[in-house]
Amino acid sequence: MELTRKLEILADAAKYDASCASSGTEMRDSSDGKGLGSTAPGMGICHSYAPDGRCISLLKILLTNACNYDCLYCVNRASSNVPRARFTVDEVVKLTIDFYRRNYIEGLFLSSGIIRSPDYTMEQVVSVARKLREEHHFRGYIHLKTIPEADDALIAEAGKYADRLSINIETPLETSLTQLAPEKDQRAIRRTMGRLRLKLDEADDAKKTIRKARPPRFAPAGQSTQMIIGADSADDRTILSTSANLYGAYKLRRVYYSAFSPIPDASRALPLQAPPLVREHRLYQADWLMRFYGFDAEEIVDEGAGMLPLDIDPKLAWALRHRDRFPLDVNKASREELLRVPGFGTRTVERIIATRRSTSIRLADLARLHVIRNKALPFIVLSDHRPAPATLDAAGLRTRLRPKPQQLGFGF
Amino acid sequence: MHIVTLDSDTDFDGWRQAARALAMNNVKPADVTWRVQGETADLFDDQAETKLPEVPEGTFSVPASFVELAQSAILHRDQSRFGLLYRLLWRLRSNHDLMTIATDPDVAQAHAMARAVRRDEHKMHAFVRFREIGRERETRYVAWFEPEHHIVELAAPFFARRFADMPWSILTPDLCAHWDGSRVSFTPGVAKAEAPSEDRLEEVWRRYYASIFNPARLKVKAMEKEMPKKYWQNLPEASLIKPLITSATQRTGAMIAEPGTEPHKPQKRVEETAMTRKPKTKESKAYDDAGDLERLREEAAHCRACPLWKNATQTVFGEGPPHAPLMLVGEQPGDKEDLAGHPFVGPAGQMLDRALEEAGIDRTKVYVTNAVKHFKFVPRGKIRLHQKPATPEIKACRQWYEREVAAIRPALVVALGATAAQSVFGKITPVNKSRGHVVELPDGIKAIVTVHPSYLLRLPDAEAKAREYERFVEDLKLAGAAMKRSARAA
Repeated sequence: MELTRKLEILADAAKYDASCASSGTEMRDSSDGKGLGSTAPGMGICHSYAPDGRCISLLKILLTNACNYDCLYCVNRASSNVPRARFTVDEVVKLTIDFYRRNYIEGLFLSSGIIRSPDYTMEQVVSVARKLREEHHFRGYIHLKTIPEADDALIAEAGKYADRLSINIETPLETSLTQLAPEKDQRAIRRTMGRLRLKLDEADDAKKTIRKARPPRFAPAGQSTQMIIGADSADDRTILSTSANLYGAYKLRRVYYSAFSPIPDASRALPLQAPPLVREHRLYQADWLMRFYGFDAEEIVDEGAGMLPLDIDPKLAWALRHRDRFPLDVNKASREELLRVPGFGTRTVERIIATRRSTSIRLADLARLHVIRNKALPFIVLSDHRPAPATLDAAGLRTRLRPKPQQLGFGF
Repeated sequence: MHIVTLDSDTDFDGWRQAARALAMNNVKPADVTWRVQGETADLFDDQAETKLPEVPEGTFSVPASFVELAQSAILHRDQSRFGLLYRLLWRLRSNHDLMTIATDPDVAQAHAMARAVRRDEHKMHAFVRFREIGRERETRYVAWFEPEHHIVELAAPFFARRFADMPWSILTPDLCAHWDGSRVSFTPGVAKAEAPSEDRLEEVWRRYYASIFNPARLKVKAMEKEMPKKYWQNLPEASLIKPLITSATQRTGAMIAEPGTEPHKPQKRVEETAMTRKPKTKESKAYDDAGDLERLREEAAHCRACPLWKNATQTVFGEGPPHAPLMLVGEQPGDKEDLAGHPFVGPAGQMLDRALEEAGIDRTKVYVTNAVKHFKFVPRGKIRLHQKPATPEIKACRQWYEREVAAIRPALVVALGATAAQSVFGKITPVNKSRGHVVELPDGIKAIVTVHPSYLLRLPDAEAKAREYERFVEDLKLAGAAMKRSARAA
């Protein structure tokens, strides 16, 4: 089979994995003239964007889309009639380097269908990374999919070469994984995530202690996972509490939410409809509230309800449910309180705290502070603004704050 | 009126020198006109002073954050930037905290300019597309890019660090950057026609771009926000954007409407692993009291007798020789034990190891387990806070302890802490009242109660810690002696 055709099949097979991050790793470059590539610890680079709004940062492909497993939601399941292909190790290595030299990509995100055994598959995936690093001195970003239950030595080797490792938890409910993916076992997935975290901790500790011996390198950009949204009956509350559990237990850098999307030759057993993109977007916002805004998983979804509202963002929804806590005096409130004001981002809050040491904050300043004005005004007091007493109690407040319907623009 | 002519659009040092001289001579911002060499002069410049005033003795300092900001903002294409930065410098002399006031219009504008410059630099790093020219040893990579601001010098070192092993050039209308393998050099800007117009890999790249796109989730605005149209003309993949958008709805509709095909029957070559093994149900096997420890462990791995399994990683079963004379029972696995799947490997485990050694007990000959075999915790951001197991959980888990005891038949059981004591004695048993002597249980098992090693870790003052540690070691010595006696008697 021609290489371009293989690439089409194996990129198509990989695109349902939302992760494309190339950030958060160690600093590397090739200025010693020996190798190729660089990474920066801070921001990753998105080299292109597809019309689905997703960034293209890494060459995201499968080594093969042949798979022993029959996971109903997956385009590559054993019983699907999609065309199959398999790259050789050398083909992936060459393609990665060719693309990288032209500045199309930050590196490689390699995954694979399970063939023969988890260990065999993992060994194939690792050998691509090994060749890139050892033979070609490739210093770009590498993300490897970890096969649950793979041998510990293979996982250690994967972490030696990769910047990031990931294992997908797949479904928020363990019971649905048993139904939808009979060969997969969420307990095995969790055990492997646990093993990864122990190795990540070990590498971190080694960095902290001053020793002569070099610390064992292990995936400096950590581990991440993905949950499919809308393929099972899990509600948003369940999804967020699963995320909170995963973040706490395995120190994940990210949980990706992937709206279940129609696929070619889809199984009739699953809901075939447009992917729930707005819901996915709200879950990402809620995830941000947990990680950067000090919200607990339990308080984000309305008590008594299972789902986040779709028409307004979860922080605004929370504020509307807790109107007794507002209006808040922006010139006096604590950081924790400010983070809960609708329309205030984390950087806005930092700017407010720095600014108010020297001068009080007024209505005219909101734009320069990058505040979403209409969303914030009913909830805040400024030196020249106080919402009319009736504003917060008004029944129509929610309707008034609801954004006008428009095409969703949200880049991930 | 003063006129300052800078060497180039990116002449930060020239600006800095001039600004310093002007500020120290108290020249008001309104009295300065800033120009770049080569620009046409204004009509009324005749009376203007073009020579910089002498710099008087002395110095003044500005916050580092201002210098950093000015270095970025000066690369903006807006002509007013030099004046704006001088005005900020002027004002900083009387208000040293000015830069922290995000709401100040000058500060906000300078930040907006710096942000635009950094974004443009970032987009240049992202959207430069090299094209290979020449063959073999003569190979060179050349790109054409049209930056919005004066960022070529700023962005070039990134490419030098990344593509150190290949000669490259980035051509732009303003300035061109070149790398020869050892240093970056700059030449004047050129026309687009100077750059190569194709590369042998671009068709492959376009096939990748088309294949990685998911037509079922069209979000054109999100794409345009991050990859504005102004960049499209120099991106080889951008020619696909329109056709991909046009066909997306129809492709998605077809995927949904398409009738299901007959499932493909593959020939599987699966080696059985834990992943593919079915969990065994409780009813599937019956054990007598002396049931095999390994099978017990396998069964416990799928225990659902209380809800703790749900949030935990795995069942942490006991470990040690199958006929160990001494069995230690702890409370429950902690964070590390939950991840590793082994009991007493965390901080409390290390404390226990030390105490056992001091008491003369060989840990490898001891069977170590917990009263509750799943980790109970509440997630708090990035950590998991340990929670004491409740009586229903202890009761639900007791079957495993009972079956472990039955299988191992130890000469002595040591309960570490209140939870373990509750499980071993079958009722709530205060540690302090019961410790220090051997207790015979109704089923003939001998037991000793002591504290849990994590209690020692939690003690705040060093003196109490040392004292309690001594008592703990004494209890273990007692256990060691009692174990030997019972073993001899048996």
